[in-house]
Parts: sequence; C-alpha cells; structure tokens
Amino acid sequence: MTILKSAIDPKSEGFGVNRQAMQTVVGDLRDKVAVIESGGGERSRERHLSRGKLLPRDRVRVLLDEGSPFVEFSQFAAYEMYDDVIPAGGIITGIGRVSGRECVVVVNDATVKGGTYYPMTVKKHLRAQEIARENNLPCIYLVDSGGANLPQQAGIFPDRDHFGRIFYNQATMSAQGIPQIAAVMGSCTAGGAYVPAMADESIIVKDQGTIFLAGPPLVKAAIGEVVSAEELGGADVHARVSGVTDHMANDDTHALALVRKIVGNLNRPKTVTLETREPAEPLYAPDDIYGVVPADTRKPYDVREIIARIVDGSELDEFKALYGETLVTGFAHIHGYPVGIIANNGILFSESSLKGAHFIELCCQRGIPLVFLQNISGFMVGKKYEAGGIAKDGAKLVTAVACANVPKFTVIIGGSFGAGNYGMCGRAYGPRFLWMWPNARISVMGGEQAANVLAQVRRDGLEARGESWSDTEETAFKQPIHDQYEVEGHPYYASARLWDDGIIDPADTRRVLGLSISASLNAPIEPTKFGIFRM
Amino acid sequence: MISSLLIANRGEIAVRVMRTARRMGIRTIAVYSEADAGAMHVAEADEAVCVGPPSPTESYLNMEAVLGAARDSGAEAIHPGYGFLSENAAFAEACQEAGIIFVGPSAASIRAMGDKAAAKAAMEGAGVPLVPGYHGDDQTPKVLAGEAKKIGFPVLIKASAGGGGRGMRIVRDAVEFTDALASAKREAKGAFGDDRVIIEKYLERPRHIEVQMFGDTQGNVVHLFERDCSLQRRYQKVIEEAPAPGMSDARRAEIGAAAIAAAKSIDYVGAGTVEFIVDAAAGGADGPFYFMEMNTRLQVEHPVTELITGTDLVEWQLRVASGERLPLNQERITQTGHAVEARLYAEDPSRDFLPAAGRLVHLQWPAGDGIRIDTGVRNGDSIAVEYDPLIAKMIAHGPDRETALHRLHAAMCELQLVGPITNQAFLADALAHPAFIEGEIDTNFIAEHRSALLPTEASMSNANILAALAFLLEERGHSQVLRGGDAHSPWNITDSWRPNLPARDRVELQYGDTDISVDLMNDGRGWQANLSNGDSSLPVGQLPEGVAVYRDGHTLILTDGPRQQRLTHIVPLEQADRGEGAGGGLSAPMPGKVVQALVAAGDSVIRGQTVMILEAMKMEHAISAPADGVVADVFFNAGDQVDEGVELLRLAKDSE
Repeated sequence: MTILKSAIDPKSEGFGVNRQAMQTVVGDLRDKVAVIESGGGERSRERHLSRGKLLPRDRVRVLLDEGSPFVEFSQFAAYEMYDDVIPAGGIITGIGRVSGRECVVVVNDATVKGGTYYPMTVKKHLRAQEIARENNLPCIYLVDSGGANLPQQAGIFPDRDHFGRIFYNQATMSAQGIPQIAAVMGSCTAGGAYVPAMADESIIVKDQGTIFLAGPPLVKAAIGEVVSAEELGGADVHARVSGVTDHMANDDTHALALVRKIVGNLNRPKTVTLETREPAEPLYAPDDIYGVVPADTRKPYDVREIIARIVDGSELDEFKALYGETLVTGFAHIHGYPVGIIANNGILFSESSLKGAHFIELCCQRGIPLVFLQNISGFMVGKKYEAGGIAKDGAKLVTAVACANVPKFTVIIGGSFGAGNYGMCGRAYGPRFLWMWPNARISVMGGEQAANVLAQVRRDGLEARGESWSDTEETAFKQPIHDQYEVEGHPYYASARLWDDGIIDPADTRRVLGLSISASLNAPIEPTKFGIFRM
Repeated sequence: MISSLLIANRGEIAVRVMRTARRMGIRTIAVYSEADAGAMHVAEADEAVCVGPPSPTESYLNMEAVLGAARDSGAEAIHPGYGFLSENAAFAEACQEAGIIFVGPSAASIRAMGDKAAAKAAMEGAGVPLVPGYHGDDQTPKVLAGEAKKIGFPVLIKASAGGGGRGMRIVRDAVEFTDALASAKREAKGAFGDDRVIIEKYLERPRHIEVQMFGDTQGNVVHLFERDCSLQRRYQKVIEEAPAPGMSDARRAEIGAAAIAAAKSIDYVGAGTVEFIVDAAAGGADGPFYFMEMNTRLQVEHPVTELITGTDLVEWQLRVASGERLPLNQERITQTGHAVEARLYAEDPSRDFLPAAGRLVHLQWPAGDGIRIDTGVRNGDSIAVEYDPLIAKMIAHGPDRETALHRLHAAMCELQLVGPITNQAFLADALAHPAFIEGEIDTNFIAEHRSALLPTEASMSNANILAALAFLLEERGHSQVLRGGDAHSPWNITDSWRPNLPARDRVELQYGDTDISVDLMNDGRGWQANLSNGDSSLPVGQLPEGVAVYRDGHTLILTDGPRQQRLTHIVPLEQADRGEGAGGGLSAPMPGKVVQALVAAGDSVIRGQTVMILEAMKMEHAISAPADGVVADVFFNAGDQVDEGVELLRLAKDSE
C-alpha cells in the first residue's frame, strides 16, 4: 500500500497556532462534558446514593466488561435547550461490551429531574434504539425514570417519533431477534412501565424498583384505593406475583450481574465478513491533527494529512488520484478493518462528484464500509457549472450515498454546508454513526454567505424602490444573521439537537471510528441496489 | 543387585529414591493414592500403581495394597522411604514372607528400637550413655531427694503416668526440691490418679545431635558423622546441618563410636540414625551427650550427610539390601566442608505453623553453586491436605559453614514460590539470624528468637497496593474473551475509554480485615489511584523492582524476595450474585399444611437447604433457602395451616 507522506512541520509557527486553537476548543469541550458527567448536581447525587443506588455512570461501568470502552452518544443532548439544565438529556446512551458482546446501553439518570423524559430525552432514547436496530446490537435498558415530563407532554407524547416509538421499537426489534433486556432500578411509571413489560427478559431491584401504570396518587384519585408504592408495584409483586419481571435482584450490583448473565446466554456469535488484518498505528501522532487543521476555517489544507493520522500505517491506496482532485477517495484500514475513505479537499465539482459516486459503487460492490470526512462548503456554482450539469452530477453522488448499503460513517471535520452535507453523507443519509469535531460548523450555508445573500436581496429590493442603503446599515443588517449562523452552526447547538451522535476530540477519531466500525459489523453487510443515476 | 524397586512412599523422598535407582539401572515402581495420580513421583517412575483412596491409612499405609502392588508389578524390593511403613516391623515381616526385599533393617531391629523404654534399657546395657535419672519404685521424698542430688541439679520431676506437662517441675536447687515434689505429686494424683514420679537430669540448653550410621549383612557397621538438628519448633526439625557447629574431632569420634556400639548391639543392617541430646550448657557441642532414640530408616535430613561425605546413601541402602558389603570402610569415610538443609513447608508461621494447602501457582527453584533441591512437586502441582505439607528440602554445601549458610540464604531469597502460604521468609530470617550464624543454637532457639523470626504482619504499603493495581490493569489486557472472527477488535482494548472524559474505574481489595477501595482515573496521562485511606493521585505505573504479583483465584500474592503479602480481590458482581430473593421472606407457594419446620431462628442455612416442608394436594413440597443466610424468624410450626403467599419464615442476610 502507499504510505502517505506528511508535509507538515510540527515545529512551524503555523502548526503551533493551529494547535493552540484546537486545544482551546477541545479544552472547552472536555470542561463542558466534565460538568455534564456529574449529572443532576451534588444534592441529587447524594440523595440517589443514600438510597443505596449506584450513580448512572457507575451502573454503566459495573455493567460493562472490565475495562470496556464505552462509546457514549450525544453527551450534549438538550444542551442549553430548556429553562432547566438537563445534562446529557437526562439519559446516558452508548455502546459497550457486556459479557463479550457489544450492546447498546440506555440508562436513565434519576439525578436529573427524576429521570423524566424531555423531548430530547425521547429523541436520544430513540436514536440509541435506531443504532441498535441498524447494527443488530442487543439493548439493555437500566430504568430509573418518572416517565414523561408532564409539562413537556406536547413535545413527547403523540407524534411518530415520540414516547410511543420506544415500545414500538422494542417490539419490532425483538421481532428482528435483537434482544431487549430491562432492569428496573428505580421508578418505572406509567408509559415507562412498558419498558420492562415489553422486554424479552426483565429484572427488578428489591426495595428500589417499582413498576406501575399509575402510581399511588393516581390510584387514590381514580379508584380511592390507598396503597404504597412497594405494595402496588414493588419487586415482590412483579417477581413473585404479576410476572412482569423475570428476576429479582437484591441490589443494583446484583441486577447488573443478572443482566450480564442474560447477555452471556444470548448465543449471538459475531461474524465478521471483512478481510481484516493486523492493526497498525498511524505513522504520525493522532494528536498532531491539532496542528494540521488551520485555525482559520477558510484556509485550505490537504485532507491527506488528516487521513495519515487516522488510518493504519498511514497507508492509503488512492482511487482516481489525478481526477476530480477536490475529493480524495481511496482504500485504507482502520484498526484492521478495510474501509473506503471519501474526504473533501475543496469544493465539489462535477468531476469530484462523479469520482465519489464511482468509488461508492466500488465499495458497495465489494462490501467495504465507507468513511466520510466532511469538510465542504458546497458544490461549485456559476453559469459554466450549471451548464456543465453539476446538478445532475451532484445528484449522482447523492444517489450513490443514499443507496449505499454498506455501513457508512461520517465525521464532520470542518464545514458542513448546503448540499455538500448531503453529498458527503450528512445525517439524512443514514450513516451508522455521525461524529463531529469541536471546530466544525454546520448550516445550510456559511454565516457570511447567508448574510451576504440576504443583504443582496434586501439591497436589490431597496434599490428597485429607488431607496438607498448605506454600508453602515448593511453591516448592521448582516451582523445578527452572522451571529445567528454562528450560534446555530456551532457543534454544541447541533449536538444538543442530536444532529449528530456526539462531538469527539479529533485525536480520538481513529479510536471512535474503529469502535464504530467494529460495532456495525454485528449486522451483516447487505448488498446495495442503486437508484437511477441521471446521465 | 536388585533389578526392580517399588517405592512405598510419595513426595520428595519417593522422587529422590527413584533418581538413584534409575541411575543404577533399577526399574522403578511408584505407588500412589487417588489424590496423587498426577503427582511428580508418579511421573518420574517407570511404572505406577494406585493403592487406594487419598486417606493415607487406605493407601500408603495399607500394607495389603502396597504388597499387592509389589507382587503385581513384579518388584524385587520395596524401599519404604521415611514415615508411612518405614518403621513398621509387621510390614518388614510381611515383605519377607512375600519374598520381597525390604530396604531397611530386620523386623527385630525395628522392634528393638520401636519400644522407647526397652530401647533405652538395651542401650544402657551396651554402655551407651542415657540421660541420668531415677525410675525406681521407692517414692519416699527422702529417697527421691537423694536421687536428685545424685543426678545433679537442675533436675526435672515428671509424673510416671504423665504427659502434657502436668505433674512436671523443673528444680534448680536442692532447697526447692521438697516443695516442688509435693506439688508435682499432687498434680499427678489429680491428673492421672497416680502420684508416682521419675526424676531426670534437666538440660537447660539441649542440642539435638544425631549420628548417621550404616550396617551391612556381613556385620560391618560404620558411621558417617553427625548432624546437628537443634533448630526445631515443637519437636519438628526445621534446619539441619553437618557437621555440628563447634564439635571437636575427639568428641566426634566418641559420639560416632557410641552410635556404632548402639547399632552393633542390635545387629543393625542398613541406614539408621542414633539421636543424642547434648547438654550444650555444659560445653556446647562438646557437652555431655545422652542417647534418646534410634531411627531405623533413612532420615529426612540425610542429604547434608551425603553432601559432606560425597556419598549416595540410597545407593548404599540398595547395595546393602542386595547383600553387598558397605561401599566404604570407616577409614575411607571423610567429610568435606559444611552442608545445611532447610525444610520448606506449606504452613503459616504467623499462625503457629498451621499447615497450609493449595496449588503452586508459580514455582521457580533457585540455582547456584552447591545448591541441591529435593522436591516432589512441580509448578502447578498442589499441596494436598491429606499429607505432610513438606514442599522441598533446600540444601546448600560449601567449603565452610559461613559459605553454606550464605548460599542457602541466597537461594531462599531467590526462590519464587507462589500459592500456599509457606515458611520461606521464616527460613530466610532464621538462616540470616546473627545467633544462628554464630552457631549459638539449641532446641529453644526458635522460641527464644520468636519476635525476630516471626515478625508481626506488616501493614500494606501504598507501594504494594499500587503494584497490585498495576497487575490488575495489566491482567485486563489479557482477559478478554474473543468471540467470532473479530480478533483485532478495538473493543478488546481494556482501558475503560470514554469520549471526552477520563477513564474511571474502581477496584476493591481486602487486606486481612481491612477493606481497601481504590478509585482509578486516567485522563490520558496514565492511571492514577485515589485510595480509601485518603491518599490520592498516586500514579499506577510499572511494578517496583523485585516485586511480582500473582493471582490464585481471588487472592493476589505480592512477592518481594522471600516475603509475601496477600490481598483479596473483591469482585462486586460476583459478591452480589448470591441468588435471587436472598435475605427476603419465604412464602408459601400454595395453600397447605406445615409438615415440619426444619430450622429455628438463629440457624445458619445454605442456599438450597430445605428449611420447611409443606403438604398440599396430598403432596409434600420442600421450601428451600434461596440464599445463604441466618434464619431470623420462623412463623409457623408443624400442623399449622397456611394460605398461599403467606410468609413462612424470614431469612436475614449473611453477616459477612
């Protein structure tokens, strides 16, 4: 294979400046996540612990195999979206190893508003289930939730992708043979009661877990019956009488031990159909990426410098290296898994779109997963290019991306603007996972372009009416647009709304991709049938 | 020369005998109990025969089975080793009747020395010195006082019928005698209903010195010098050496001659040892010596004699048993240098040498100039509870005592043995003790230097906790189960990685009764430990120089030279999994009548144990404990009618 040769000088001034800039955003990322990690604050954590319960992140740790990585999703879910602070959206989701198998774990955080569901909580829960379905991963639900957050009911209850979808997913995933396992480690009220009830196998923790459709206050109001929570839906009731749960655990740790046993008995061997090889570290240090990515996002750089710091041995066998050079395509390995890499190296032209579509066909034909490194301001515009059919060539790329049935992985490493987002496998194109770097920006176009476009439209309108518009007025007009795009295009804003699966440290990209690819291989790689390519 | 030999023993002595036999071209046959089927002595033998269940009385002590094995395998001779059937006159006779050579003395010789009182009487007749004493029937105080004076103070008054120290008095002066006698007699009367006493010379500083001798069927008897076995604990030899430190050549010749006289008086054939007690308070190794007993077999500590004389005593035994003359006459037996042996046992010196058992998780014998290891176990073998917990004899030979001690001490420190608790550190300390090096030894040595030799349990240092953590983190890297074809999966990397967060982990350890919980954190710059003792941010790095950590089940064993510390690794997931419904109430599965309550409040029960029997639908139903625990309350008795779901009894969680 061809080894990429880095032209970067780690001692150069530019490298230092870049590095500093990236360290700043990564530092901010880690600081924010550190706050999110502690959940609902000291007092609610103390209260949680005083009941003899493990904190949600400790539940994850104890559940997972010793030392297992945990690819946590959407740490920024609900970030600055509500009047209340809802760290991680009040639910921890991710993939980890349990009894030797990769599983999706969904854990309510009862220290955050009693684990109740906000709209983003629902969205995050559903996204975790979607990941489980697409990648054929067993689901483990550690339930400790008061159910729907009642003031938020309109945003969580009735729509297709609202609360009800959780149970729809459980039923249909179970039908697909994807195990659904629930452990009730706290409240599990109302709609939430269906999580253990819909599970293939369920556990309840003695003196902690309760399951009921209606809690004691509602029961009293409805039928006048006075009953304690334990009598109404405690472990004894459900493990010995109702049969809603299959196992009774003595405490949290026991419940997790039982989950591990259940997973251990699933009989689901993982079959990898890829030709893997011994992994090799890249020749260049992954955290040199910090110095490679220009601090000024408008400044071009060679994306091969990034690829060289992600793939095994920094080896990339390029396809059509001399054609459509604004898109780099080629075969490489990540943690021993073969991948096809598609990376932006400038604006998309007709040639680069055709090259991308061709390369995707190759990977689908061969069953090779695709990795998109997205840094795109869009397709080329202008008379010449429209006449050259850039719309139909761009459509070919979008068709290829949309139809490709091999596992797709997208990392937004810079800009993600306009139709470029589509051609490079944005969220709408069903990548198995979509990760974002903290320096990235995502919007329909760049803030500056948007401000310019809107200013131009306004200026044309004013001038048509014979009015004048001073430069000062124009600048004042553009500033809020610019600001709005800066806020809404920021990774925190995007990730809060689950437009991605999480923001990652660029230095972790190789690791995250490796874990994502490995997890995706739990599902067989299906053949692809492409739609009509407009010729 | 015999052509086949059955070794009626196990462990190191069986292996040692076989090695000589094989060198001499003799076919070897091992016997083994069911517990020893995989033992080293079985593997070393040309053939092996199972002689019964693990219990020694049913196997190694089972004469019928051993003789049967010899007949079936066509063994010409049986070597009994030491212990087991080695000093059993009936067995020697049975061998003879079966036409099999018993490698050892005649049944008559065994009998003659087997009865200790008769043996002493015989030795007195042969002019061998005995501990001065009075064993007469005249028990009048005046006579006894006179005898005591004749013996010379200090004397020991012992109850004739006695044992266990009752009715025993040490008297150091004549004026104390009358009172001491009266109180000894009172105590003897009370304890045994018999107030008769004997009086013996009391040795303040006794040394145990024994002489190796050998006789052949032609009537030749020689000695191979003495061994000093004074380092003992509760009559168990710990360190033996030859020659005896401080003994003059003249005394050596004297004590050798006495041993030969003893052996000749009973026409002794084969290897034997005459044991003497030496009054070191009156002249060190050259103090007066008195006959104690004669062992009519090869001794455990025979290697020290072999090393200083350059002989192979097993070869001598086999030659003599085959009717050959002794290979050397007395004049040609010489000694060179000094040899010392230490007995490595699976035992816990800090718990009064309580025998230990278990698997040898890691075993690496030391090597070096003059080092000999006699053992019957290999890496991975187990020390079984049924037998003597001797793991090995480590023996060093050198040109002088200082060199030999130094070599053995170095070897003891170099030995890597992990598994059961052993006396390794104790032996290393004893070998390095200044008083021992000076040769100031007697049988009270260990008791007198107890505090130096048995240091109180050291506390667990942070450094050792960090070593254990380094081991556990390292171990994780190898513990992943690979499933399917995803061999290179990055999920196999066990560093607890999380996106944008430090990796965190928690380890629970226990040292004695102390819980040590550790919060681990790795923010990319390596693991750091926060200990429950308050020490924080300790870097977990490489193991310290010389420290190694091993796992035996849930026990982590840290070794640092001959010293070991043990930590229990608590796995909360395993601890938690004590059965569903543990500690809760037990309720009736259906309406019925209590036939019997099998437990009462306060009883300990184990998981699955039947605690109550119900009768319903003309069928009996056993109610069993869902988990280990203690019965807190029983709510119904036999004959009571119960409804479905009624709590029958309550189980409290186990106290631990």
